[in-house]
Amino acid sequence: MSRIGVFICHCGENIAGTVDVAKVAEAASKIPGVALAVDYKYMCSDPGQNMIKDAIKEKKLTGVVVAACSPRMHEPTFRNACAEAGLNPFLCEMANIREQCSWVHEKSDVTTAKAIELVRVIVEKVKRNKPLYPIKVPVTKTALVLGGGIGGIQAALDIANAGHKVILVEKQPSIGGHMAQLSETFPTLDCSQCILTPRMVEVARHPNITLYTYSELESLDGFIGNFKARIRKKARGVDEKLCTGCGVCMQKCPQKKIPSEFDAGLGKRPAIYVPFPQAVPNKPVIDREHCTYYKKGKCRVCEKFCEKKAVRLDQQDEIIEVDVGAVVAATGYDIKGTDFFPEYGYGKYPDIINGLQFERLASASGPTLGAIKRPSDGKEPETIVFVSCAGSRDPAKGINYCSKICCMYTAKHAMLYKHKNHHGKAYVFYMDIRAGGKMYEEFVRRAIEEDGVVYIRGRVSRIYQEDGKLVVKGADSLLGGEPIEIKADLVVLATAMVANSDAEQLAQKLKVGYDPYHFLSEAHPKLRPVETNTAGIFLAGAVQAPKDIPETVATGSAAAAKVIGLFSSAELSREPVIAVVNRLPPPQFSTCTGCFLCEKACPFQAIEREEIKDRKGNVIKVVAKVNPGLCQGCGTCVALCRVKAIDLQGFSNEQILAEVLAL
Amino acid sequence: MKLGYFPGCSLQGMDIDFNESVFALARRTDLHLIEIPDWNCCGSTSAHNVSHLLSLALPARILALAEKAGLDEILVPCSACYQRLMTAQHELLENDELRKEVVDIIEMDYKGTSKILNIIEGMVKIFSGAELKIEKPLNAKVACYYGCLMVRPPKVMKFDRAEDPQSMDELMKKFGADPVDWPFKTECCGAGLTLTRTDLVCKLSAKVIESAIKNGAEIIIVACPMCHANLDMRRADIEKAAGKKYNIPVLYITQAIGLALGINEKELGMHRHFVPFVLPEQPKAAPSAKPAEPAKPEVGEKPAAGAEE
Repeated sequence: MSRIGVFICHCGENIAGTVDVAKVAEAASKIPGVALAVDYKYMCSDPGQNMIKDAIKEKKLTGVVVAACSPRMHEPTFRNACAEAGLNPFLCEMANIREQCSWVHEKSDVTTAKAIELVRVIVEKVKRNKPLYPIKVPVTKTALVLGGGIGGIQAALDIANAGHKVILVEKQPSIGGHMAQLSETFPTLDCSQCILTPRMVEVARHPNITLYTYSELESLDGFIGNFKARIRKKARGVDEKLCTGCGVCMQKCPQKKIPSEFDAGLGKRPAIYVPFPQAVPNKPVIDREHCTYYKKGKCRVCEKFCEKKAVRLDQQDEIIEVDVGAVVAATGYDIKGTDFFPEYGYGKYPDIINGLQFERLASASGPTLGAIKRPSDGKEPETIVFVSCAGSRDPAKGINYCSKICCMYTAKHAMLYKHKNHHGKAYVFYMDIRAGGKMYEEFVRRAIEEDGVVYIRGRVSRIYQEDGKLVVKGADSLLGGEPIEIKADLVVLATAMVANSDAEQLAQKLKVGYDPYHFLSEAHPKLRPVETNTAGIFLAGAVQAPKDIPETVATGSAAAAKVIGLFSSAELSREPVIAVVNRLPPPQFSTCTGCFLCEKACPFQAIEREEIKDRKGNVIKVVAKVNPGLCQGCGTCVALCRVKAIDLQGFSNEQILAEVLAL
Repeated sequence: MKLGYFPGCSLQGMDIDFNESVFALARRTDLHLIEIPDWNCCGSTSAHNVSHLLSLALPARILALAEKAGLDEILVPCSACYQRLMTAQHELLENDELRKEVVDIIEMDYKGTSKILNIIEGMVKIFSGAELKIEKPLNAKVACYYGCLMVRPPKVMKFDRAEDPQSMDELMKKFGADPVDWPFKTECCGAGLTLTRTDLVCKLSAKVIESAIKNGAEIIIVACPMCHANLDMRRADIEKAAGKKYNIPVLYITQAIGLALGINEKELGMHRHFVPFVLPEQPKAAPSAKPAEPAKPEVGEKPAAGAEE
């Protein structure tokens, strides 16, 4: 006979304000098998927990039901209390009479009756609970970091410095990410490359970091502590070991007119190239889409001129398989192009550029060597208009969120322009100025007050070209909506920060959630910002939402801390809520008939085939077996099994049926 | 082809030439226009200034009548009418409470089964696929002026690209015209302010005309009676305000198509324009490369009859 203890929590007024808790206790005490039913003000408090512990010892309880809040927060609290009193923690369950009862109903007898029902249901379940024991799994202490921008670099360095191995995978030929493209950074105006490149070099030299550039994650299988990653190392066309990075191939390449990705299309590069001078590694790649050899079958100029004979035109993609214990996704963001805006000419005017392009214009390493010149004719613009919130915060454009960095970089851009062209005029159209951050507001004020940037509160309705100028039409919403027309030489759109075009595929490879904008989802927006709902997969930087550099670096370190924490023990323990295939004595062995429908249905590839053999080693029967390391306890196989041979531990068919019958 | 037809009040009065040209095209093609029986005013700009409910009930009655008459598609040439009908349809189909309220007011059921076509959609429907007998390709640079009502708000109208529509340009190309790329396609002409704030209308309309000319247009093609009224009828006021003469004529899309099809100008209501229309000179000799029509019924250039005034 079961001896269940029922503990009913008032949760202050949260439950007791609506539910007659004394009545619940009284009703619970009459359920067969209940040895004790009490109510208390705060069950989660120390005295509350002690009540449970004492009762377990005194009444020799075989199970505990805590009727209180949702199990999400406090289930571990009560289970631990039970464990301390010597009761298997999985014999303790919670009846949710707060979120599912007191919070959603008015005070009435019916509400109390519902609370009693909820308690009764869980009591019937707990009567059938069996002791369960956590599953131990080993941990591979190597981290896979995806993305070599500042977020990934930070995470990789932090993990590596803690003594763990890191595999850093970057899609582009060099690490550095968008930060390498920036001119100066707000709010200090220090040179972006000057602060970034030492970190890049550190990554390259770190003994614990293996760097794969020009590579992408092909697939990821396994589970926390035990992932198997396949990495596609794209054919570089160059033997990295032989190449010295002398650059002769780039000089000799006859294809020189390819728009440079690094210069956001404003500069040109050859078909064999390193994206920028400080690239890490400083080894070129061959862009097969534009290379004459791959298009026409002849040329081979680079091969001919390479003294080290490092060019490998026949190189193939390589698949590298690695075992890792944790993954940090730091694949960053993209920004919308100017062609996204029909009202601003659909990208047809060369002198309407986006923020990243302005960065390249302002950068000393850029196509104009830092002189602000407009793309159409190379003239220095006398009037520049900056348009913030281009796409962002605009439901009509399908981008409802704030891109977060634009207010700051627009102020910076205007400032940089004014510093270089003292007589030039800089206008900023804005909706609101969002300058939350250390020294951020001061920075914007400096642009307005010291550098004389003219801020106009209003949106730009249209930009078109007329008589060699770009006519920017807007309204000053602070001055009664007065229409404004500015004839500008250059317009910079602070286009929205968006998820990478392949973010959705990445999320699917990693089996993590993503939001409608394809930013990857964190486990909890406040309390678990760098974790995902898939254990062992973490997020750093703008892959999760728009972020500036300080925040990206902070989340990079935060993700690293999570990984280091994970690697701090040799084994992980997991909740034993997993599926099991029943085993019976011979001659049946199991009710499993070996149809293996479950094998096809399992989203985690956790179903294995087990051969049952006689003493001579002859196979008698093949039955399904669940790999406890891979099973996530989703229950798909349980629902699908035609002979009911599979059960979910802790949520067995018998338990669920008992709950239903108790209603 | 059978289409329901809602002329609205503009096409019965001020913009009768729009109506005439629609019917001229209908006669030329096998289009049978069935006027919605007992239709009423769409409420235009006035109704929604007075009462939101009224501004929905008026168009709802029209749509309900169309449904009752079994019209699956209704052609609505006036942009203002089109916008009011679309708005009512959108709001009523989104909000069932509101729909019931309005149904109660108009004492007719409304399900939203009739599709509403603006004049461009109507023309595309009529002329897509049909073999075109283009007798006089327009051979002129045209500025396709969609106006503000037809495309806005985009989530209600769901027509073309709201900021840079293309459908009229494509249509005009079919009829041998050369549409120019210009930025004022959907700017406001001043619309209903024409009586109360003529000064503003002149200013706004002047900008539209100016931009069309600057971008090389020889004709402005409109799809809205209001645009036509302001750009054409108000031309003298506009010129006075701008201190400039503009000769650029303003044609309805239906008139432009009618001309290309060789329909008689009178039939198209061309004589009703304030700004006289002269068909740009056709390049003599050498059959124009563009509309390579196998059947050329009448190559002889009847020199355009010139504007009748």
